Amino acid sequence: MTLQLVLLVSAALFSVGLYGALTQQVVVMVMMGIELMINGVLLAGGALWWFLSPTPDGQTVLLVILAAMTVEMAMGFAVATVVHRSRGSDLSDSATDLAG
Amino acid sequence: MSDPVLAAVLLVPIAVVTLAGVTASANGALDARTRGAPLRSGFTAPLHEAARLLRQQRRTLPGADSLLWRIAGAGIGMVAVLKVVVIPFGDTVFADLPVGLVWFNAMDVLLWALWWLLGWGANSGWSLVGGYRFLAQALSYEIPLMFALTAPAIGAGSLRMLDIQAAQVDLWFVVWMPLAALVFAVSVVAFSSWGPFQTALGTDVGGGVVAELSGIDRLLVLGGRYAVLVAGAAFSVPLFLGGGAGPVLPAGVWVVLKTCAVLAGLITLRRLFPTLRPERVAEIAWVVVVPLVLVQLAVVAVIVGMHGGAL
Amino acid sequence: MIESILFWIFAVLAVAGGIAVFVVDSMARATYALAVSFVAVGGIIVMLHLDYIGVITILMMIMEMAIMAVFMVMFMGMNPALMPMDMTHSTRRSAVLATLTFLVLAVAIIVIPWPDRTGSAAADLTRSLGEAIMGSKMLVMLTISPVLFATIVASLVLANPRGRYDRYGADLDRRDPDGRAHPEDPIGGGIGR
Repeated sequence: MTLQLVLLVSAALFSVGLYGALTQQVVVMVMMGIELMINGVLLAGGALWWFLSPTPDGQTVLLVILAAMTVEMAMGFAVATVVHRSRGSDLSDSATDLAG
Repeated sequence: MSDPVLAAVLLVPIAVVTLAGVTASANGALDARTRGAPLRSGFTAPLHEAARLLRQQRRTLPGADSLLWRIAGAGIGMVAVLKVVVIPFGDTVFADLPVGLVWFNAMDVLLWALWWLLGWGANSGWSLVGGYRFLAQALSYEIPLMFALTAPAIGAGSLRMLDIQAAQVDLWFVVWMPLAALVFAVSVVAFSSWGPFQTALGTDVGGGVVAELSGIDRLLVLGGRYAVLVAGAAFSVPLFLGGGAGPVLPAGVWVVLKTCAVLAGLITLRRLFPTLRPERVAEIAWVVVVPLVLVQLAVVAVIVGMHGGAL
Repeated sequence: MIESILFWIFAVLAVAGGIAVFVVDSMARATYALAVSFVAVGGIIVMLHLDYIGVITILMMIMEMAIMAVFMVMFMGMNPALMPMDMTHSTRRSAVLATLTFLVLAVAIIVIPWPDRTGSAAADLTRSLGEAIMGSKMLVMLTISPVLFATIVASLVLANPRGRYDRYGADLDRRDPDGRAHPEDPIGGGIGR
C-alpha cells in the first residue's frame, strides 16, 4: 500500500462517479454518482494525510468531507421530492427550469 | 493464525448461538406458561422448530432477489458475532479496537440494511411492508441509541471498550447514567425487532419480513434475531454493568452471568408492553426520549468535568 | 503481506462496487453495491490508521444507503428489472470524459514528486482528532454545525408540503370550522398530539 496506489484507487472511484453523475437521468442515481466522487475525495484525503503529514489537525478535513456528503444527500433528497411532487417524475432531463 | 483470532472465530459464534438458543427456550417456556401449556413443551419448542425448519424445503417466489435475500438472512447472525468480538471478557478482548464503541454502533446500523433487504429480497408485498416498518422504527431508535452510547464514552473519556470497563472500577455506569442504560436496553430490543418492537415481523402483515422465508433461511433469521438480542445484552455489560467485575468467579464468567441477567430481564419485561407501532415510536423517541437523553449527557458531562473523571 | 492483500481486496471491492452501481438493473442492488464500495473505502481508511473516521464512514454510509434505497423505490416509478429501459443520456461523451479524467489524474499521481513525510502521527489518533476539533480547529465544527442545521430546516421546508404545524397552527390547537378540537389527522403521534 503506497500513496500512489491509494490515490489511483481514489481516482478510479472519482471517474466512475463522474461517469454516473453525467449519464444517469434519475436524480437519485445522479446523487449516487456524486456520492461516489466524494467517496474518492475522502479516500484521497485520508491517503495524503497518512503518507505526507499525519498531524492531528489534518483529520478534520475528512470530517468536513463527510459533512459535505451528508448535506449533499439531504438536499438532494429534498429537491428530488419537490421535483417528483410537482411533475410526477424525477428525471433530470425534465428539470430544465434554470436552463438559459 | 494467532490464538485470539482462532478463539474469536470458533468460540464467539458457538457462545452466541448457545445463548441465543437458551434465550429462545426461556422465552418459549414463558409463552407456554401464558398459554397454560406445560413448561417443558415451551422449553423444547425452539428445538423442535429448529429441527422442523432444517428438514423443510426452501421455497422462493418467482422474481425474488435471492442474492440479497440470502445475504440479509445470513447477515443478521453474523452482525451479532461481529458485535461480540469487541466485548472485553475481563482483560481479554478478541478484537481490541480503539473505537470499539463506534464499531458496535456501525454494526447495529448494518441491521437497517439487513432487515430491509430481507423484506425486499422476498419479492412479496407483505415482506416489503415489514422492511419499511423496520426502517421507520430504526429512524426513531437510532438517534437516542447513539446519544445513549455517548454517555459511557464521556464517562470513561475513551471509545475503547477496555477503558470504558476500567472506568467502572469504583462505580458502575448504570448507577449514575440510568437513563442512558435504559435507552440502550430499549434500543437493543428495537434493533432485534423483537418484543414490543416486532412490527416488522408482525402477524398483521403475515409475518412481515419473514413471511416468505422457509427452511434454513427462516431458521437463520429467527435465530439471528435472538443472537442480536444476546449481543446487545452482552454489550450492556462492559458499557454499564462494570464488565467482568465480580467476586470469586473469573471475569469471563461474570460477563456471561450478567448477560444472562439482562436477557432474563428483557424476556420478563417484554410481556408487560404491547406492540408499538413505528409511527407512534417516532414521536415518543424524538419529542420525549431525545431531550431526556441529552439532559442525561449534560449531567454526565458536568459530573465528569467537576470530578475530573468517572465517579 | 496481509496488509497488501487486504488493501487489494478493499481496492477491488471499492471500484467494482462503484462500477456495479451503474451496471446492475436492480434498484436495491445498485444502492447496496454503492454501500459495498463505501464499506471498502472505510476499510482502506481504517488501514490508513484513521480508525474513527473509517468506522464512522462505514456507519454513515450504510445508514445513508438504507434510506437511499427507499427513495430509489419511491421515485423510480417502475422496476427496471421488469421493464428494461434506458435511463441514461450522453453515455459515450461521458465515458470519454470519465476516462480522460482518470488518465489525467493517474498521470498526475505518478508524475508528481510527492514530498517526504513530515510530522509524526499522535499515539492515540482518535483522541488527537477530538482535541483538534475541540481546540485549535474548533472553528471548523462551529461552521459545520450551523450548515447542518440549515440543511435540516431547508430540506424539511422543501420536502414537507403541509406539516402538522401548517394544519393545526403554532400551538397545535387550531380547531375545525365546526369547532372540533382534533380534525382527522392521518399522522397520529405517539404522545397524543
